[in-house]
Amino acid sequence: MNLKLKKLIDKELKKYPSDKKQSAVIAALAIMQNDRGWLSKEDISEVALYLDMPEIAVLEVATFYNMFDLKSVGKYKLSICTNISCMLRQADHIVNHLKEKLQIDFNEVTKDGKFCLKESECMGACGGAPLLTVNNQKMHENLNIDKVDQLLKELK
Amino acid sequence: MNDVVDKNIQLENNNKQLFNICLRTSSLKNPGSIKTYQSIGGYEQIKRILKNNIDPQQLIDEIKISGLRGRGGAGFPTGVKWSFMPRDYDGTKYIVCNSDEGEPGTFKDRDIIRYNPHQLIEGMIIGAYIMNAQVGFNYIHGEIWEEYVSFEKAIEDARKAGFLGNNILGSGFDFELHAVHGYGAYICGEETALIESIEGKKGQPRYKPPFPATYGIYGKPTNVNNTETYASIPWIIEHGGQEFMNHGVPNSGGTKIFSVSGHVEKPGNYEIQLGMPFRQLLAEAGGVWKNRRLKAVIPGGPSTPVVPANIIMDATLDYDGLAQIGSSVGAGSMIVMDESTCMVQALRRLSYFFYEESCGQCTPCREGTGWVYRIVDRIFKGQATLADLDLLTDVSKKISGRTICALGDAAATPVLSFIKHFRSEFENFIKHGKSLN
Repeated sequence: MNLKLKKLIDKELKKYPSDKKQSAVIAALAIMQNDRGWLSKEDISEVALYLDMPEIAVLEVATFYNMFDLKSVGKYKLSICTNISCMLRQADHIVNHLKEKLQIDFNEVTKDGKFCLKESECMGACGGAPLLTVNNQKMHENLNIDKVDQLLKELK
Repeated sequence: MNDVVDKNIQLENNNKQLFNICLRTSSLKNPGSIKTYQSIGGYEQIKRILKNNIDPQQLIDEIKISGLRGRGGAGFPTGVKWSFMPRDYDGTKYIVCNSDEGEPGTFKDRDIIRYNPHQLIEGMIIGAYIMNAQVGFNYIHGEIWEEYVSFEKAIEDARKAGFLGNNILGSGFDFELHAVHGYGAYICGEETALIESIEGKKGQPRYKPPFPATYGIYGKPTNVNNTETYASIPWIIEHGGQEFMNHGVPNSGGTKIFSVSGHVEKPGNYEIQLGMPFRQLLAEAGGVWKNRRLKAVIPGGPSTPVVPANIIMDATLDYDGLAQIGSSVGAGSMIVMDESTCMVQALRRLSYFFYEESCGQCTPCREGTGWVYRIVDRIFKGQATLADLDLLTDVSKKISGRTICALGDAAATPVLSFIKHFRSEFENFIKHGKSLN
């Protein structure tokens, strides 16, 4: 873990009492994942060491929360919501288009390692359905086939 | 006949409108900035409270008069909840804002955070003053990253302006507020799971009692309220509880945001005066899309029972109005379904959601939600028999009421209400092995 990551985690630690470092574990794992793309066993160990936690307690958290990835998800993870409000606004068209265009199914990575497709539960933005997020951060709403094609072009 | 006449008179006399309280900055330029909020009188209430050292009990009484009820779905009176916090406790007390909205159809807290974060912050400061809490957290849903970042900035701006930190505005009152980012677990919207999550654990709900007011974060007294609840507070303190109450109807004071999604022309958030007729809100949302007919509505999110069109069309949107038709306000997450909707497919998706999001702690929910999903999936794939419908009902009833938290009940609700109102559609699907829609 380099100094930059440590600084980011330290900022999170300030939110909690000094003897409650574990409270920052979700944030610390998110910081690691943003830096490395996904969480390896070594990453889990590093976070455990830094927060004085048993490794298993960190792994429990990493496996419980859906946005953590314990396997490679390529350069761009596209998480698309298929829950009811998105389903009613034809998220299945977008899903089928993406699967066809990228030649992958859910939870697979394209051969060039660029894209991974994930089926997501509700993201709490249903007014903009159908929608997806890129690498857990940037959200794209009111999707249609053209917008998806444009997005794929922009993700270099 | 008389019933029909009475209902028509009632609707004609109803003059409820859209009215922005929580979203009152949304039409202004740079709605989320501290400058904009202060331009409409923002932070004046906490200034007045601190300057005059107003008795917290007086403020709680005002909130009780307002009729404000927890906007996250439970609908518990806020003033009463706040009075549960022990005032004389000698140690750190916490307040938590629950912005972990992830129940399908729910997206109101996101707009409060985007467009009016400072009203939420002022509401939390007032709450902290009333409950004598020193530290607050706003737990924000994992998938809305941009809102988490913008809220961190809003906290910074409030701190720079002197509204957060030690000795706020020279009053001797200390309050620190932090944003916490969830990472994709619906269950963390349950208040004790949220507390576990803040402690850095899996979000598995705790047994109650003890309630968070006595044993919350790190075992300290903790209050948890929804974003919309906190954001309503500054307006109530400014205008008085009675004025807020007057915007709604008896037992349902004030305004409430309904997040309308699905088959309408204009999906989005609509803050309404409680008691507005459903058909009026539907019209505000542009009506059913593509000139189609309405089939059904889930009024408050999937944990509230689905209602067929003919029943909801004459209902009013308030706690009693929706209870009368066998449903509930919930979080105001209104999912609208047009005539083309296959109810088997809709239920299949909702059942998968609860199966995926069960935390796995209680056997009836962990096993039952999977069982329910597999049966509905079997129907959807044309492999079910009519006996499966009774099995589905039976399994759902055995989840309900047998779990630590309400997720089990929430999982059973769509199953029981979909079959109650659309049984023939399910039977036809089973008989023909496909949707007849």
